[in-house]
Amino acid sequence: MTQMDTKSDVKGARGDEQITTDPRSPAQQMGAGNMTLTFAPWIVAAVLLAILPFIFTNNSSITIMNQMWITVIFALAYNMLLGQGGMLSFGHAVYAGVGGFACMHIMNASDFFSVLPLPVLPVFGGLFGMGLAIIVGSFSTRSAGTVFAMISLGVGELIAACSVIIVAFFGGEEGISGDRTYAQPFFGVEFLQQIEVYYLISAWVLISAALMYLWSRTPVGRMANAVRDNPERAEFLGYSARWVRFYSFVASGFFAGVAGGLFAINYEILTEENLNTASSGVILLVTFLGGVGFFFGPIIGAIAFTLLQTVLSLQTDLWAFYAGTLFVATVMFFPGGLAGLLMMHVPVFRLGNARSLIVPYFKTLLPALIGILGLAALVEMVFHVRHAAPGDDEMTLFWTTFDSHAVLPWVIAIGVTLIALGITRATAPGLREAWNEATTPGARA
Amino acid sequence: MDLILVNIIDGLVTGLLLFMLSAGLTLIFSMMGVLNFAHASFYMLGAYFAYQISQGLGFWMGLLIAPLIVGVLGAGVERYGLRRVHQYGHVPELIFTFGLALLIEELVQFVWGKNQMPYFVPEALNFSAFAIAGNSIPAYKIFMIFISLAIFIGLLFILTRTRVGMIIQAALSYPRTVEALGHNVPLIFMGVFGVGTALAGVAGVIAGPVLGTFPGMAFVLGSIVFVTIVIGGLGSLWGALVASLLIGWITTFAKAYNIAMADILNGIGFATPENLDDNLFRDLWTVTSPQIADILPYILMVLILIFRPSGLFGKRHS
Repeated sequence: MTQMDTKSDVKGARGDEQITTDPRSPAQQMGAGNMTLTFAPWIVAAVLLAILPFIFTNNSSITIMNQMWITVIFALAYNMLLGQGGMLSFGHAVYAGVGGFACMHIMNASDFFSVLPLPVLPVFGGLFGMGLAIIVGSFSTRSAGTVFAMISLGVGELIAACSVIIVAFFGGEEGISGDRTYAQPFFGVEFLQQIEVYYLISAWVLISAALMYLWSRTPVGRMANAVRDNPERAEFLGYSARWVRFYSFVASGFFAGVAGGLFAINYEILTEENLNTASSGVILLVTFLGGVGFFFGPIIGAIAFTLLQTVLSLQTDLWAFYAGTLFVATVMFFPGGLAGLLMMHVPVFRLGNARSLIVPYFKTLLPALIGILGLAALVEMVFHVRHAAPGDDEMTLFWTTFDSHAVLPWVIAIGVTLIALGITRATAPGLREAWNEATTPGARA
Repeated sequence: MDLILVNIIDGLVTGLLLFMLSAGLTLIFSMMGVLNFAHASFYMLGAYFAYQISQGLGFWMGLLIAPLIVGVLGAGVERYGLRRVHQYGHVPELIFTFGLALLIEELVQFVWGKNQMPYFVPEALNFSAFAIAGNSIPAYKIFMIFISLAIFIGLLFILTRTRVGMIIQAALSYPRTVEALGHNVPLIFMGVFGVGTALAGVAGVIAGPVLGTFPGMAFVLGSIVFVTIVIGGLGSLWGALVASLLIGWITTFAKAYNIAMADILNGIGFATPENLDDNLFRDLWTVTSPQIADILPYILMVLILIFRPSGLFGKRHS
C-alpha cells in the first residue's frame, strides 16, 4: 500500500516536471490555445520577409535571399518525409525538378499567361510534383527505412538519367529555359526586377510554410509521427502505416514541386542538375543540419547552408570539404541539428539560469572557435602547398598575405591551434558542470 | 556468335567487379542492418592507394597493401564513427555513411586533385591473352575474372566451412548468445566491417587501371552497387552474385548491339510517325539501346521492387 503510494507520487512529480521543462510536450507546444502565441512567429516572419530587402538592398543579397527562401520551402517539404514521417529519401530533388520543368513548359506555352498570372504558376509545379509522388509513392511507401531509401535513390537516378534521353521534356544537356516576363502584368507588376520576384517568393514561403505547419497538426500529420516511431503499434490502433506514409509522401511531393516552380521563376532555366543525386544530397544535408526534430529546423538549416555556400565558396575552394565535415560532425555529435542545439537552451531560460552560462560558454567556445579556424588555416595551407602553381608561394588567409613555404606561418598556425584546443579541453569540464547546474531545477539558489 | 562470346566475357568482368563491391556491402548489411553508403568510396580509396603505392613499389605490392589500408580505415570508421552513431537509430546511421561518402570524395580531391590519375595495367599483364574472331581479349581481363572468382570462393569457404565463419554467422543472427559464449561481438562486427571495406578496396585496386582512377569513380559505381543488392535481395550473397552478373551482361549487351527503339516498335506493328520533329513521343522513337544501357539496371530494380519487393533471393522483409 505504502509502496504504491510512493510510486504514484514519484510518477506525479515526474509528470509535473515534464510539463514545466520539456518544450516538446504537447501542452507546452499548443500554448494552451493562446492566440497571440500561435500567430506571433508567423507575424514576425512576415514582417521580417517584408523588411529584409530594405536592410540588405544590393542585388546580390536579394539573389541570395531568393535562393534561401526557395531552399526553405524545399527543406520543409523534405522534412515532412524525414523528420515527421521517418522516411529517408535520397532522390527528392526529382519532385522539385519535375515540378520546375513542368512550370517552365507552362511558362513557354504562349497562351498560358493570357489566362493565369505568374504568381499562380508554382501551384502547377506542385501539382506535377504531386503527380509524380503519387506514382512513385504507390510502390515506394510500403515500408520506411532502408528499402524506402533504396527505392528513392533508384527512382531518382532513373529520372535524372532520363533527362538526357527524354529531350522533349528535360531538354537534354542544356536543359530548358523560359522568360517569366511574358506574363500578363499581375496588378501592374511585370516581374522584371529581382525585388518583385523576391516578394513573390516570400509570399509563397509564408503560404507554404503555414500550410505545411497546419498539415503537421492534422490527424494525418500526427499519425505520421506515430508511424515513424512505431509502425506496428500504429497499425494495431487501426491506422494503415502505408497510407499514412503515402499521404505524407504525396504532400511532400506537392511542396517540393512548389519549390521547383519558384526555382523556374527565379532562375528561368532548369537543367539535369536540378534532378540529380547531388541536389538530393544537398537537401538532405540542409535539413539534417537544421534539425529534423522540429518544424522550424529546416528553415534554420536552409538559411545557414545558403549563407555557408554563398559566403564560404567566395573565400575558399574547399567549402564543400568544410560542409562535409560539418555534416558528419553534426550526425555524430548533434543529431538534433542546429534546432536541437537551440532548443536545448529552452529549459535553461525557463529556469532562469541563462546568465550563469555566459562566462563558461565564453571560456570554452571562444578558444574552440579559434582552434577550429586554426585547423582550417592549416588545411588551407596544406592545400596551397600541394596544389598551387609552382613558384606561387604567396597565399592570403584571414586578411594576411604570407609565404606558404616559409616556416614561420606554420609555426604560428600550429602553435595557435594547439594552444586554443588545449584551452578548450581544459575548460570543457567547467562548461559541462555549469550546464548540468543550469539544467537541474533547484540546483541553484 | 563470336561477338556474343566476347560480350559474355566483357559482361562477366563487369559483373564480377560489381560482385566484389556488393559482396562486401551485403556482408556489412546483414551484419549491422545498415547500408554503407560510403562503400563505393572505399573502392575509390583502394584505387588511389594502389596508384600511390604502385608509383614506388609496383602494382603487385599495391594489390597487397592497398586493401589492407582500406580495411583498417574501414574498421576505424566502424569503431569510432558508426558505433557512436548507432545509438541514435538506423536513419542517422544511413545519413552518417552518406556524409562520409561526401567527405571521402572531397578528401580525395584535396589530396590528389580533380584529374584522372595515370594508374595503368602492369607490364606483366599488358598483352593479349587470346583472340576470338579478331577481337583480342586482354590478359588483364582474365586476371580480373580469376581474382574475383578466387575471392568469391574464398569468402564462401570461410563463411560456410570454417569455425570463424560459423561464429560470424552466429553473431549476425544471435549476437547476445554469441557474446554469452565468450566471443567479443563488437570486435567481430569491426572485423567484418573491415573485411567488407577491404573487399571494396581490392575491387578498386584492380578496376582502377581499366575504369580510370578519378574523384568521380565512387559516384559512378555508388548507386549501381545498391541497385545490385536490392535486385539480388538485401543480405543474400548468392543474390548479389546473380544480380551482379545479370547487370554486367545486360549493360554490356545493350551497349554492344545498337538496337533502335523504332525498330522494335515497327516490329510489333507501330508505324513510324511521318513528322518526328513535332511529335510528342519523338524521343521514344529515336532512342537506342546504348543510350539507355546505363539506366537499364534502374528500370530492372524498379520492376523487381514492384513485383517482388524482397529481391530475387531476398528472404528478409525490410
